[in-house]
Amino acid sequence: MALKTEPFVLNIGPVHPSTHGVFRMRATLDGEVIIDMEPVFGYLHRGIEKLAEERTYTGVIPLTDRLDYLASMSNNLAYVLAVEKLAGIPVPERAEYLRVILAELQRIASHLIAVGAFLNDCGAFFTPFLYMFREREKIVDLFEMVSGQRLLYNYMRIGGFTQDIPDEFLPALDKFVRQMPGFIDEYDRLLAENEILLARAKGVGILPKELAINICASGPVLRGSGVNWDIRKVDPYSIYDRFEFDIPTGSAGDCYDRYRVRVQEMRQSLRIIEQAMKQLPSGAVRSEVPHLIHPPAGEAYAHIEAPKGELGFYLVSDNSIAPYRCHIRAPSLMNLTALREMMLGWKIQDAIIIFGSIDITMGEVDR
Amino acid sequence: MIPSPGLSLEHYWQTLPPDWPGGFWWHWLVFTVIIIAFILMLVMGYIWIERRGMGRMQARLGPNRAGPFGLLQPVADAVKVLTKEDLVPANADKIVHWLAPVVAFAPALMIFAVVPFQDGALLADLNIGILYVVAISSVSTVGIFMAGWGSNNKYSLLGAMRNVAAVVSYEIPLILAIIGVVLIAGSLSLNDIVLAQNIPFILLQPLGFLLFFIAGCAEINRSPFDLMEADSELVAGFHIEYSGMKFALFYLVEYAEALAISAIITTLFLGGWRGPALPPWLWFLLKVILVFFVMVWTRTTFPRVRIDQLMALAWKFLLPLALINLIITAIQVLAWSEALLWVMIPVNIAIMVILVLLWSKLSKLGWGRVEV
Repeated sequence: MALKTEPFVLNIGPVHPSTHGVFRMRATLDGEVIIDMEPVFGYLHRGIEKLAEERTYTGVIPLTDRLDYLASMSNNLAYVLAVEKLAGIPVPERAEYLRVILAELQRIASHLIAVGAFLNDCGAFFTPFLYMFREREKIVDLFEMVSGQRLLYNYMRIGGFTQDIPDEFLPALDKFVRQMPGFIDEYDRLLAENEILLARAKGVGILPKELAINICASGPVLRGSGVNWDIRKVDPYSIYDRFEFDIPTGSAGDCYDRYRVRVQEMRQSLRIIEQAMKQLPSGAVRSEVPHLIHPPAGEAYAHIEAPKGELGFYLVSDNSIAPYRCHIRAPSLMNLTALREMMLGWKIQDAIIIFGSIDITMGEVDR
Repeated sequence: MIPSPGLSLEHYWQTLPPDWPGGFWWHWLVFTVIIIAFILMLVMGYIWIERRGMGRMQARLGPNRAGPFGLLQPVADAVKVLTKEDLVPANADKIVHWLAPVVAFAPALMIFAVVPFQDGALLADLNIGILYVVAISSVSTVGIFMAGWGSNNKYSLLGAMRNVAAVVSYEIPLILAIIGVVLIAGSLSLNDIVLAQNIPFILLQPLGFLLFFIAGCAEINRSPFDLMEADSELVAGFHIEYSGMKFALFYLVEYAEALAISAIITTLFLGGWRGPALPPWLWFLLKVILVFFVMVWTRTTFPRVRIDQLMALAWKFLLPLALINLIITAIQVLAWSEALLWVMIPVNIAIMVILVLLWSKLSKLGWGRVEV
């Protein structure tokens, strides 16, 4: 005797603890299994691209902070690189090194939250999350030293920085770089080989290599699928070609690979910071730039390897003090496009961790 | 049989005649008050231990504002919850919604009727004590399913369905693990089982203890089997639509059940109230808290399993091992000489290690993706 059953619709979000912001998944369920899923976003749309057209080139920097608010430093970097490319502004050597140091610190901070939130989605009740916040706190302290802010730094300027780093920054950074590998080992000991985590994450939410490339995925999501693609290597910006580091990649493209790639990237970032600290020259941190910048009419696109993937700014100038058009290529949005394919056939619990393993920030998806 | 004022309560218990002819109602009254006070106080203690203990394990302080070391935090929480508005969803099944917390709470209270606090100090020394515990403890599930259904919420319904599925599955290894203990003790009465434990049964029945602990955690939905609450997926599961005192009752049920399971584990495997030097009730209390501490520890450490893995663990892993454990125990009880009791301990621990390792290699948890 077969019971008569019918699928039902479950709204996961927009107010839900595991949607990392105001994201909504309109899931059709057959029991616990997801048979259809429709992502709904736009709840956090603030029109940043349009707002950028009404601000001076420098005035856009605070807006970029509010894109991926867990990685403001990287957003600043991508934007100032685009403007510098557009207007042909040189950057002092010391500023280049500091940019690399800060961007890599930001990558570690962002990955700490990504990994912690992923494990939290798996149901590890806040322990890994709070352990990782403990270390993120140290990075945030470092950022507070240089910029005075703890979340939205607004520290980079076109042609350099607002001010030089304080004297106590480098010793504190040195201490952090020496401590951090031990902490990463601690996370690995805590959960990396945990039987339940392996059962939950291995083979779950597979993103095949071809699909990952076709949907324009980037960052750890793409590398987790086994594609060796990192903007820092394939199109080096700033001074990344001067450092030695590896690009960790996964093989299966499942949640566990994405998680492992992030943990490995933290170690590589520490390597880069260590080298940059050794080579850090003295000198000015900002080149002479007029207060209002009038870039020549034209267009420029600059992209960086942000913690979540390829973050690009496309700027069009009409020789006025504000960009004529500013388009943001947000990695979170691109990575999210394969969500349905990854989720179909899995259960609600898997859907939550698949979503967590993509690591999005709604501020960047909706802009 | 009213105790004279000079006599201590403890003395009164010991002077009770075995069939309590006139003292029946006094006995009933005294122990009902003791049990309710015990549960309410210890639930508060549990909440404090869980929150403070979890705080320490998670590199933070935990609640430390209300009273010394935050000891009054559960009281403050209770006052807050009592003064909250009691909301009932518009389309809820109002009677079921109202009745559910009561139905869930009563069984958790009733389990303690047969748990001995010290020798003979229990409300009713049923000769089928452990059978009564097993029967009563599954009634809570009815209350939880009523809550899930009556709330008219998809999340709570999913949580309640998961709970029913889990409890039905885990009941079987749970009972089979108990039977091993009963075979050795030769009695179903909890008091007799404690009296039989010259060696704590955790040593004679290590595999049984492991199975009982896992199945018990799943029964009461403690992490890593807390699928019915699953705050990262179902937000709060079956009690998502509850507020005020009704929510407080569910919160109470959760910890009263944890208390019940730790009390049963203490009684069956850890020698109950027996122990040197300290008074028996203190031993009982210490062991109960120790068991609960292990539960807090697992909660802070492990991720949650998936629903199909949860069922697979019950049917593919726990059930076969429980059956094997039962057969081995039966053979040992029949064939093993009493003089060699101490030799049984290393043998049984070795059997446990071999079986668990072997079975974890043999069985695969869950079945992964479904084609749609």
